[in-house]
Amino acid sequence: MSATIDPTRATSGPSARAVQASVPLRATLTQTSALAWRALIKMRRIPEQLVDVTAMPVLFTVMFGFMFAGAISGSRASYLPILIPGIIAMTTITASVAAGVQLREDMDKGVFDRFRSLPIARIAPLAGPMMADLVRYALATSITLIVGALMGYRPGGGILGVAAGMVLAVITGWCLAWIFLWIGTLAKTAGAVQGMSMMIMFPLAFLSNAFVPVNTLPEWLQTVTRVNPVSHVVSALRDLMNNGALTAQVGWALLGCATVAAIFIPLAVRSYSRRV
Amino acid sequence: MPTETTTRPGRSNSGARQASAASSLSIAPAVEAHGLTKTFGANRAVDGIDLTVREGEIFGVLGPNGAGKTVTLNMLATLLPIDGGEARIFGHDVRSESHAVRQLIGVTGQYASVDEDLTGRENLWLFGRLQGLSSKKARSTGDDLLAKFDLTEAAHRPISQFSGGMRRRLDLAASLITRPALIFLDEPTTGLDPRTRGQMWDTIRDLVAEGSTILLTTQYLDEADALAGRIAMIDRGRKIAEGTPAELKAKIGKSSLRVQLVEGVDTAQATALAADLTRETPIPAATGSGFSVMLSDANQAADVLIALRNHHVDITHATVEQPSLDDVFLALTGHPSETPTPESKACDS
Repeated sequence: MSATIDPTRATSGPSARAVQASVPLRATLTQTSALAWRALIKMRRIPEQLVDVTAMPVLFTVMFGFMFAGAISGSRASYLPILIPGIIAMTTITASVAAGVQLREDMDKGVFDRFRSLPIARIAPLAGPMMADLVRYALATSITLIVGALMGYRPGGGILGVAAGMVLAVITGWCLAWIFLWIGTLAKTAGAVQGMSMMIMFPLAFLSNAFVPVNTLPEWLQTVTRVNPVSHVVSALRDLMNNGALTAQVGWALLGCATVAAIFIPLAVRSYSRRV
Repeated sequence: MPTETTTRPGRSNSGARQASAASSLSIAPAVEAHGLTKTFGANRAVDGIDLTVREGEIFGVLGPNGAGKTVTLNMLATLLPIDGGEARIFGHDVRSESHAVRQLIGVTGQYASVDEDLTGRENLWLFGRLQGLSSKKARSTGDDLLAKFDLTEAAHRPISQFSGGMRRRLDLAASLITRPALIFLDEPTTGLDPRTRGQMWDTIRDLVAEGSTILLTTQYLDEADALAGRIAMIDRGRKIAEGTPAELKAKIGKSSLRVQLVEGVDTAQATALAADLTRETPIPAATGSGFSVMLSDANQAADVLIALRNHHVDITHATVEQPSLDDVFLALTGHPSETPTPESKACDS
């Protein structure tokens, strides 16, 4: 084989290719959107993946609405304004668990090897699905609201209050998803991610003011619910959706979510980068 | 010597600025690895491998399952961290300039590295977008590649409905979107039927004719022989031989003659004749009556057959066989290739 290289054949030779040292921000955004598009196509093609944000909210709303209404508030009409914001918080947290499970499954697939071999931002395969998941949180929130409305929930906050509540719910889901994403990068199998995430998800959702009035709880548990960011999210959702009021709770909720994100984004990204 | 076509234009006094700027990199080999090492626990999966792949050639890494071929390739392709030694791709250090390296390579793995839930067209569009093509350009490049790889009809089907050969072709197409200068192919034909295998060989040859450099791994001696200009043989993480296919075959030398005799013929007489002519010890056939004997020169086959005919020893058939991968391994390592140790098998994935 001839070893002769024609230096004028610049177009196909590697020497002529401009090689970049890092990925520009603009390219990172394009890559993230392309991978978000991939995740959205998968959602459309594999509708079973959406069970947790479609069937689950219906189930929770109906179940809790009928079961606890009498015991906790005396009537359904007076319980729904307390319950629906709680269910919204709970379904978005449940929905965010899937982020970690899906990342783990994705990382085990052959296509992930190709992502790793491409000159793309290392964060893109993580950030793309996170972007697509915003759709899931919005879906979970909307369905809970629709079922709630069918059961007789009439939010007093008006359209603006409800819209603000939905945005807050989506932000909450997105921020908390980083916890589960981080677990997704640590655990060895998707099943393990699921199990470990449940251990975090249940206390987060239930050791809060989502379903029961806090003053019925023992003192120590009241303290726990007060530091749980989910409690602040639920209070903020109630303020926004029921009263249309932008209260300090909204600020605390956003601060809580931001804190979770600030802790777990670096953890998830670092742990993920180590594995890819 | 005309300066425009010399390998080292930088040494010539050609004034072309562009040429001399390009020369500093174009003289760098496509792959240059020294002492490449990878350990998994106590197991040295790759144990100090040196490789040099020149631009424009097909270089074959040949070895049995578990020899460390895939691990070697994955280290060069930035998919696995390098534990020891160093590697450069077109002069770029794989460890410290991995992002640059990824811009120069295309990788087609042993297992489909495309998305199962997307269609062929969607897959190619996605990989085009990820590599900076506009949406429109990504679509047209994808369609061109689908046509080139005879996948247009299947373009709208999800990959999960593709046959093995179609998957492999799409996989390769996905690696070619940005026309990488160096293409890694990990066992490109393992599991393919003979016809699809032949098509894949043609495709690989076309790529090189268009200016790509290819590093492929294979378990098949005939594949390495048919495609590769040079071959490195790997066994248990070490390089045991390197050279052109002809050089490797010369190293273990001989082809052999296998003769099957008609039932009832005097086998002892036949083997004695063969032994006399070849000065080798014939090995009796495992089944039926017959023998095989090593040849120092393929012409000896005719001598043996003529002698048998002259002595009225009838044969049912005779074949002259090239040394197989097994023979090569046996000759070079003293152990057959078919029995990889359990540890080495575990680490090939």
